[in-house]
Amino acid sequence: MYIAAAPQTRTTSRRHPLAFLASVLRLGGIGVNTRFWISIGLLGAILVFGLLGPIVLGKRDPLRIVGGLYDPPSSKVWLGTDNFGRDVFTQLMYGTRTSLTIGLIAGAVATAIGVVIGTISGFRGGMLEEALMGITNVVITIPSIVILILLSIAIASRSVVVMGLIIGITSWPWTARAVRAQTASLRAREHLDIARLSGAGTLSLILWDIIPYMLSYIFMAFVLQFASGILQEAALSLLGLGPSNTISLGIMLHWSLLWEAVRTGAWWAFFPPTVFLTIIAFALLLLQSSLDEIFNPRLRRK
Amino acid sequence: MTPFQRYLVTKSAWYLLAFFLAIAANFYLPRLIPGNPVDALVARMAAGGGAEGEALRRIYQHYISEFGLDRPMWEQFLVYLGNLARGDLGTSFSVFPAKVSDLILRALPWTIALQLPAILLGWIIGNALGAIAAYRGGWFDRGAFVSSLFVSSIPYYCLAIMLLYGLAVALPIFPPGGGYSYGRLPTLSWSFFLDALRHYWLPFLSLVLIFIGGQAVGMRSMAIYELNADYVNYARSLGIPDRRIVAYIFRNAMLPQVTGLALSIGSLVGGALITEIVFGYPGIGTLLFSAIRQNDYPLIQGVTLLIVIGILLANYLVDVAYGFIDPRIRAVQAGER
Repeated sequence: MYIAAAPQTRTTSRRHPLAFLASVLRLGGIGVNTRFWISIGLLGAILVFGLLGPIVLGKRDPLRIVGGLYDPPSSKVWLGTDNFGRDVFTQLMYGTRTSLTIGLIAGAVATAIGVVIGTISGFRGGMLEEALMGITNVVITIPSIVILILLSIAIASRSVVVMGLIIGITSWPWTARAVRAQTASLRAREHLDIARLSGAGTLSLILWDIIPYMLSYIFMAFVLQFASGILQEAALSLLGLGPSNTISLGIMLHWSLLWEAVRTGAWWAFFPPTVFLTIIAFALLLLQSSLDEIFNPRLRRK
Repeated sequence: MTPFQRYLVTKSAWYLLAFFLAIAANFYLPRLIPGNPVDALVARMAAGGGAEGEALRRIYQHYISEFGLDRPMWEQFLVYLGNLARGDLGTSFSVFPAKVSDLILRALPWTIALQLPAILLGWIIGNALGAIAAYRGGWFDRGAFVSSLFVSSIPYYCLAIMLLYGLAVALPIFPPGGGYSYGRLPTLSWSFFLDALRHYWLPFLSLVLIFIGGQAVGMRSMAIYELNADYVNYARSLGIPDRRIVAYIFRNAMLPQVTGLALSIGSLVGGALITEIVFGYPGIGTLLFSAIRQNDYPLIQGVTLLIVIGILLANYLVDVAYGFIDPRIRAVQAGER
C-alpha cells in the first residue's frame, strides 16, 4: 500500500517511490515557475483553510454532535453531517490540520534520522558505512505498512505526535540512502581538506562543510517524506488505525466507508476528504518537481 | 567461490536477516498490547453471553497453550517459530475456532483474481502506451502523458472511492461493491461466476487505471532516455534501419519495467488493501479490515506475515535475477548493499 503502485523500475526502487513521480512531473511541459506557483497556491489554500479556518470561524469541536445521520448540506451545516451527526465542514478543517501535522512530524523525523545515518555512513565509510547501509537496506525491504500496522495495534492510545513518530521511524531509509550517496560525493571536495587542516572534527565537518552543501537536496527529500507521511496516515486511518480522539482526513474516510456513505449517496461525507487528499498529494509532488528544477538548473529546458 | 556465488550468499544472508526481523516484529509487537489479549477476548465472549463456564475455560486454555502465554518470552517465540514452520498461523479470535490459515486461504483467491489480471493488463497497456507516446511525440504524447500523470498522482484509494460513487451510485452502471450478490453463496457454478464477474469490473478498473498510469509514465521516460543514448546516435550513423533501432531501445527500456512487474506481483497482497475495503471485495484487505476492527491479533499477524513474505520473495528473486543478468551488479555488491 505503498503510495503509488510498486516502484516502477530498478533504479527507482532505490529511490523513494514518490521521487519517481515527482521527477517525471518535471517533463510535464509546463514552465517551472507556473508549476511552482500552482503548487504553492494549492498548498497555501489548504494551509490557510486548516490553520486559519478554526481561528476565523471560531473554535468548534469537530467531535460535537450537531445533527442526525448524514444530514445533507444546509445553511447551518455547510457540508452536511457525518454518520454520527457531526459537522463535516468543521471536521474537514480540523482533519486537514491533523493530517498536515502528522505529515510534518513524520517528514521531520524521517528526514532527521535519514540525514544523521546518511551523513555518518557516507562520511566515515568503511565498516561503519557497511553496517549502517546494511541496516538501511533491511529496513527498506520490510514493507513499512506491515510495521505500521503492527506498531499501531501495539500502541493502544495513539496521539497525533505518536502517529507522526511511528510513520517517521518507518520511512527514513529512502532519505538515508540518498543522503549517503550525496555525502560520499561531497567527501572528496577540496574545501573539506582546508577545514581539516584548520583542525575541524568530524561533527564540525559534517555540520558546516557537508550539510550546507546539500541543504536544497535535504529540503526536497523532506517535501517527499511530508507527502508520503500524509498518505501513510490516511491509509492507516482508513484501516482503522488512525490517531485516537481526534479527526483526520483518513479517519473521515474510514467512517464514511464503514457507514456506507458512498453507497447511500452521502457525497458530502466522503468527497471533501478525498478531494483534499488528492490535492495535497498532487501539490506536494508538483512542488517537489519544480524545486528540483529550481535547484538543478541543468534539468531546465529551454 | 565464483563472484556470482558470493553475491548469492551475501544477498541470501541479508534477506534472511530481513525475514527474521520481520518475523520477530510480527511476534513481538502485538505482545506489547497492555494486558493479556486472551483475558480481554474471554471477557468479551462472557459479556456477549456466547459461551459460559466450562466452554469459556476451554477456550481460555486453548489460547494460553497455543501462544504459550504461561511461559517465558523466548519460549513463546520458539513456539511461534515452530508453529510457523508447520504452516500453523494460530486460531482466529473473532471467528473462533476457525484457523487463521483457513481464513486467509479463503480470501486469498479473491485478492489474486482481482489483482493479478489488473497488474498484468495494466502493465501491458501502460508500457505500450508509454512506448508509443515516447516514439510518436506530439499531441498523442502530451495527451497520454498528462492523463497518465494525473491518474498516477491520485492516491489509489481516492480514485477507487470516486469511481465507486461515479459508476455505481450516481450512474448505476455497476453493482455498488461486494464480490458477489448479497445472499448468494460462493459455488462453482456458471451463474455464480457471471454474478462475480459483474462485481469484478469496477474494482478491477480502479486498479488497472492506476497501473496503466504508473507504467506509462515510467516507460515513456525510460524510452525517451534511451532515445537520446549514444548507442542510438551511433546506430543511426551506421545506417541501421529505424525499426531495428526501436527494437534495441525497447529491449533496453523494458528491463526496469520487467523488474517493476515482478515487484508489483510480489506486493500484490498488500498492494491494494484499501481498494478491497472501498468496494467491500471479499479479499485479504477486507479480512484485515474486519480483523483490525475486532482486535483479532492472530489474524492481523497472519495477514502481515503474508504481505512480508510476498514482498521479500519478489525482491530476492529480482536481486538474484539481476545478479545473474548484469555482471556489474555482482561486481559492486559491496557498494550499494
